[in-house]
Amino acid sequence: MESTTPGRRPPSRPPFRIRMEQIAVVPAWAILLMAYLGTLMFTVVLSFTNSRGFPQFDFVGLSQYRRLMATPRWSVSVENLLVFGTGFIICCLVFGFLLAVVMDSRIRGEGFLRTVFLYPHSMSFVVTGLAWQWMFNPALGIQSTVRGWGWETFTLNWLTRPDLAIYVMIIAGAWQSTGLISVILLAGLRGVDADIWKATKVDGVPTWQVYLRIVLPMIRPMVAVSVIMLAISVVKAYDLVVALTNGGPGMSTELPAKFAMDSLFTRQNIGLASASITLILVSVVAIVGPWMYCEARKARNSGGH
Amino acid sequence: MDRRASAMQIDRKPIPLGRPRLVSPGRIGLYIFAFASMLFFLLPFWVMLVTSLKPMDEIRLGNLLAWPDNLTFQPWIAAWSSACTGLVCDGIRGGFVNSVLITVPAVIISVLFGAINGYAISTWKPRGADLLFGGLVLGAFIPYQVFVYPMTRVLANFGLFGSLGGLIGIHVVFGLPLTTMLFRNFYAGMPPELFKAARVDGAGFWKMFVYVMLPMSMPILVVALVLQVTGIWNDYLLGLIFGGSSYAPMTLQLNNIVNTVEGERNYNIDMAATIITALVPLLVYFLSGKLLVRGVTAGAVKG
Repeated sequence: MESTTPGRRPPSRPPFRIRMEQIAVVPAWAILLMAYLGTLMFTVVLSFTNSRGFPQFDFVGLSQYRRLMATPRWSVSVENLLVFGTGFIICCLVFGFLLAVVMDSRIRGEGFLRTVFLYPHSMSFVVTGLAWQWMFNPALGIQSTVRGWGWETFTLNWLTRPDLAIYVMIIAGAWQSTGLISVILLAGLRGVDADIWKATKVDGVPTWQVYLRIVLPMIRPMVAVSVIMLAISVVKAYDLVVALTNGGPGMSTELPAKFAMDSLFTRQNIGLASASITLILVSVVAIVGPWMYCEARKARNSGGH
Repeated sequence: MDRRASAMQIDRKPIPLGRPRLVSPGRIGLYIFAFASMLFFLLPFWVMLVTSLKPMDEIRLGNLLAWPDNLTFQPWIAAWSSACTGLVCDGIRGGFVNSVLITVPAVIISVLFGAINGYAISTWKPRGADLLFGGLVLGAFIPYQVFVYPMTRVLANFGLFGSLGGLIGIHVVFGLPLTTMLFRNFYAGMPPELFKAARVDGAGFWKMFVYVMLPMSMPILVVALVLQVTGIWNDYLLGLIFGGSSYAPMTLQLNNIVNTVEGERNYNIDMAATIITALVPLLVYFLSGKLLVRGVTAGAVKG
């Protein structure tokens, strides 16, 4: 609340006035420094201790990380993460781009389609997980329905098979997230200059080639945002696993975020959990860091924002 | 780049010229693909709905897609008031009440707080504003697992662990980056003459916020409300950790009802409970229309 006209300032006021905008952001600073940075550092520190049920400060160097690497459940989780992440991101991007192109093609009922594509995103991952768990129910789900239509040998028992359960997770995740990606990419498509379309039309380039060769490279920023968002949600994936498979069958759908939660709260292994969380944090920074750096550089080069 | 601006472009009309209006094989393929995609997205909800309206005998026949022969609302009533989680058979209504108790204050506080922060950061630019904002945005990307364990210790020290207030506070903390970002980007897009004029007129920090900024904030306020309501309502992880036994949100109770099985599973009740849990965010989504679309593209970082 700084007054710019010195004449109006009462003489009794002290010369250093506390500025209201600084006070207003104090709680936000407190949250950033304590709730975010402080807890983050605490977790990292714990990963170098041998804490089990409670935090202890006997520092044991990297031994929790060595233990983590030797824990089969963790290595399986990381492998699953790679399979799930690759499949999920590719599915969402390809399917999302196709849907964006559909909505961009002057199709009838575009608004309705967008609503349909996006409504799963408004629901909880728990809901998504339970819905697809039921669809893939080996006894009463899609399998028995198709068999009832006369195809007696039809099998869709993926949720009971360790090698295939993770693909159900990909389908369920894509069902929830593709709509959002399509909307983001659509925003990119709508931003493409109409002259590009005119020019390619004059040259007689087929529409699909224009999309693939010219438009897709032009909407690279939207694709980048989508990839970052999807990658982050892969690293965070927890409730979807809990609701859909709870990590099973066996360990076939365990993921690092779930490993961390289980080690923290059910297996009471704080040190090991913190080591796994620190690695998750490093992976997030590795995903987001370069992107934020590029964005910041772009913003600086364009001279604003 | 201002992501909000690009999100708005969705509302622009498609490029006026382009592909011919003839019925070409390409157009037919396009419509077939659109229709198939529509089915893919609608199918799970249809299946949930018809399952929730069937008696178990009919479900055991194994036709997932068929409309019920003997339509019944019994599963919905059971899901609401008598479905079991372990030994307790009170249905999902307790979780509903908890979710309302958690969501309403957490949304109001985090949105208001975000508005004040966004306003302070974008218009008054206090020292270190860029650092604060960058830190919050970065925080929005980091998984909750990184922060939660120390938070449980802190809350336990203050006797707030497992309390409603503690859980609301946690939601405010994790909602803040998104709401701050929404409001900051919104206010940053406003003409600077506005603030200059208000300051010349002698408006201070709060006066300008209440009389100048808030009245113009309706669009972004609704977006923030919608995003926070759906985000907090759909939360599972924070409720699991911080809700304790008395404040388990609806998502948690739903998962307990469906996935902790004692004896035979009642799929119709499970699906009714699932739909009931999804009802609030769905309602918000359909009522808010394009706003949620804008919001999710603008605040794309929250996962």
